[in-house]
Amino acid sequence: MKSAVITFPGSNCDRDLAVAIERVTGHAPIRLWHGEQTLPQGLDLIGVPGGFSYGDYLRSGAMAARSPVIGAVVEAAERGVAVLGICNGFQILTESGLLPGALMRNAGIRFVCRTVELTVENSESRFTSLYTQGEAIRIPVAHHDGNYFADDATLDRIEGEGQVAFRYAEPVNGSARNIAGVLNAKGNVLGMMPHPERVVEPQHGNTDGARLFEGLARSVLERT
Amino acid sequence: MKARIHVTLKDGVLDPQGRAIHHALEGLGFGGVEDVRAGRLIELTLADGTSDEDIDAMCRKLLANMVIENYRVEKVA
Repeated sequence: MKSAVITFPGSNCDRDLAVAIERVTGHAPIRLWHGEQTLPQGLDLIGVPGGFSYGDYLRSGAMAARSPVIGAVVEAAERGVAVLGICNGFQILTESGLLPGALMRNAGIRFVCRTVELTVENSESRFTSLYTQGEAIRIPVAHHDGNYFADDATLDRIEGEGQVAFRYAEPVNGSARNIAGVLNAKGNVLGMMPHPERVVEPQHGNTDGARLFEGLARSVLERT
Repeated sequence: MKARIHVTLKDGVLDPQGRAIHHALEGLGFGGVEDVRAGRLIELTLADGTSDEDIDAMCRKLLANMVIENYRVEKVA
């Protein structure tokens, strides 16, 4: 699987994401700076990592979403390349318009940093095919702006189309309908607030995140 | 020329910051505050002749997130 992980000024989970992808799939991602206007040829996956790009100025993810590289990411997503945005990466993908909705300040105002239980709501996407439908998994969250918002019509639509990938088992941050992860309509872009890259090895406490990367690698093999 | 861009949350969008400010005001003993909505003021200093369309595009493309926010442009001489 050929992948790339983008680093923005203020990203801090880019290395973790790259290490997780390499450990699980055996292939080290290309590391890309946000100022790039073109992407390497033949990518199967683009990782948009967590962190605090541009210090969360204006709105979380707003400045990064206007970075030069994002134009190329949008184009790649339209061609069907898998795009995975985690935490700040999810915020960047909603700000760029690749995913519906917006991520607002947590309902409780506080930064939430703990491992939470998620329910897998769609196990048919290329990101989630190694999970079972309705499975409970445990993945850490660490965010201040994870409160997912979309209007009711949008929420009904994405629920109906199977675009809700993960849901919190209990309220974590005020997210509408406890949504933790969202797919685009085509199913090749996933944004999620929890950090699967932080739980891929037994030493991390659990390995529930590993199957996401493994599933992606397998979907690439099946496609070729 | 200056333009002040007032960015506010749309009606119906919950505002956790506004709610916290509301509680803090109550904690200070101020009664009679019925609701608080927090927004953002962005002041642009613009070259003379910058078109309204351009200012509008700046708001829609970056300054406001149209999923959750409204904006109002106030021109200041």
